[in-house]
Amino acid sequence: MTAQPSLVMFAVFVGITLVVTYWAAGQSRTSRGFYAADRRIGGLQNGWAIAGDYVSAATFLGITGLVAFYGFDGFMYSVGWLVAYLAVLFLVAEPLRNTGKYTLADLMSFRLRGRGVRAIAAVSTLTITLFYLIAQMVGVGAIVNLILPRFTDAAAIAGVGVLMLVYVLFGGMLATTWVQIIKAGLLLVTSISLAILAVRHFNFSLGDFFSAAASVSTGAGTSNLLQPGLLFHGPIGAWNLISLGLALVLGTAGLPHILVRFFTVPSAKAARTSVAWAMVLVGVFYLTTSVMGLGAATLVGKDHIGRRMYAGQAIAYIARHPAQQSALDAQLKDKGFIVPKPDSNFAAPLLASQVGGSLLTAFVAAVAFATILAVVAGLTLTASSAFAHDIWFSLVRGGHGDESEHLFVARAAALTVGALAIALSIALRGFNVAFLVGLAFAVAASANVPVILLALSWRRFSRLGAIAGMLAGLISSLALIALSPVVLGDRALFPLENPGIISIPAGFIGAILGTLLARDRESEAMFDQLQVRATTGLGAEV
Amino acid sequence: MDRGIHPRWQSLAAEPEFRSLLRSRRRFVVPATIFFIAYYLALPIAAGFWPKAMSRPVLGPLTIAYCFALSQFVMAWLLLALYLYRARQFDLAAARIRRRETREVLETQ
Repeated sequence: MTAQPSLVMFAVFVGITLVVTYWAAGQSRTSRGFYAADRRIGGLQNGWAIAGDYVSAATFLGITGLVAFYGFDGFMYSVGWLVAYLAVLFLVAEPLRNTGKYTLADLMSFRLRGRGVRAIAAVSTLTITLFYLIAQMVGVGAIVNLILPRFTDAAAIAGVGVLMLVYVLFGGMLATTWVQIIKAGLLLVTSISLAILAVRHFNFSLGDFFSAAASVSTGAGTSNLLQPGLLFHGPIGAWNLISLGLALVLGTAGLPHILVRFFTVPSAKAARTSVAWAMVLVGVFYLTTSVMGLGAATLVGKDHIGRRMYAGQAIAYIARHPAQQSALDAQLKDKGFIVPKPDSNFAAPLLASQVGGSLLTAFVAAVAFATILAVVAGLTLTASSAFAHDIWFSLVRGGHGDESEHLFVARAAALTVGALAIALSIALRGFNVAFLVGLAFAVAASANVPVILLALSWRRFSRLGAIAGMLAGLISSLALIALSPVVLGDRALFPLENPGIISIPAGFIGAILGTLLARDRESEAMFDQLQVRATTGLGAEV
Repeated sequence: MDRGIHPRWQSLAAEPEFRSLLRSRRRFVVPATIFFIAYYLALPIAAGFWPKAMSRPVLGPLTIAYCFALSQFVMAWLLLALYLYRARQFDLAAARIRRRETREVLETQ
């Protein structure tokens, strides 16, 4: 129904971003340009780009849907993801800009010299970004159906992958940054318009709007959408909520694809300004998720959203043969697909069709597609810099090798990461991989954050401590997810869906125990230099 | 850029001007971090363990839990504004140290 207009809008977005890529490709031919846009991005632009990197399709479609279904409990994600930026602002952004060059591993190995720390930091970055990347690309199938009903999921994933590689390979960080900025602008305009249109249905009375939301039938006993308990209930639910909250609020400060954005600005002050702009933009967006979600719940209705959740051709098929729905469910189950529960990813597009008609729906679908494209470009660039700068250039080549080799390896790494992500995403399509985003946050909070914080603040912190901390956080978060209900269902050995409450302390304990085991005089001696440089910006990379 | 262990960094780290910059940064950042994490975690803890109490509507249909969640946005933006205000002083002190250091390096060459 909405295929034509959204296809046109998406084509316009792709056209504009390709022009930007062509322009960016002419700007710089160095590895510093490829990784860090020559550190010439302004604070304001970088703030928009951070918002673009951060608000993925999973957030736009997912959170709106979670609020539509679970009200307050869904909104908890939005709150955690905004407050998380305070940790980035106070603890990480400025020291990172002052002491790092291209990657997160730079910050850690500034005083913790040697191959071990850098290698594990790079592995942790690659793990997090690859999980995140696959989670985004697998979601392409569900969205492409709104734009091009006749395309298969595999073709859509491959198309997104190739386009994203064009941005990264030819335009590097500069093109990727501008793609993020354009996309963040589109997304913010879309979500604010949807929120305003939803409230307009109640003659702009917020009181009436929330009253209507509170009276939506939730079918879950006594709670309404404005009360806690629809998604997380009982004692296990409470611990789930706390564990998730901990991972959300600390995870951002360890997300590699957000942190590398601070290398693109000229100074620590600009890094701070960019966090400030990002907090304003992301905060406004998250406020609108509440209105969009509750609006979808009141104006569209949960049952209607749920029925639209089928991925791929299933939607088109059910549209033609509505009576076949239960038979199709059984077939999907037989083939090993996870049958989508009445879930929520279509809340935002359906709200658009309810309040704005088919043209607005088309716009929302196109923006959601653009969002995936921009976020996967940022992730691929981050993964390729971890591979090329940390593993190849610093470890394999021992810091030697000329500029053209560096650039070649960086591009080859991007191509490899992109191809790998396309292949894995096509293999995993149809499976429910939403937990991968939660996993990425938990791994970031457990493996990266303890080591970043201790490296910046504890004189005695040692290489052994960093390695032990990263391994403890990485392994415990991966293992607990593997044993959790998300993976094992009813046979779960670990009761919580998010491992944060165990794996984040595990990361800290591993780092502290490893440090206390043996002294590391060289790393201790470097602490003064780290502190002076992190605080004053003396000797920062230009 | 020399990234070895240079005596200059150690003497700089011991300087009163640098120590006072470090102290005033810490005096802001440490309590602010403890505060925001405590304020944030209070929300999932209260909503998780006392859902009944948090479900009472206080502002029209809005419940205590929802108002608390919205207050987190205000808290985050207020702390942001406060930090941006304080950071102007940190910037001035850091720039003073940077200017003096680069001058001394030039003179010794």
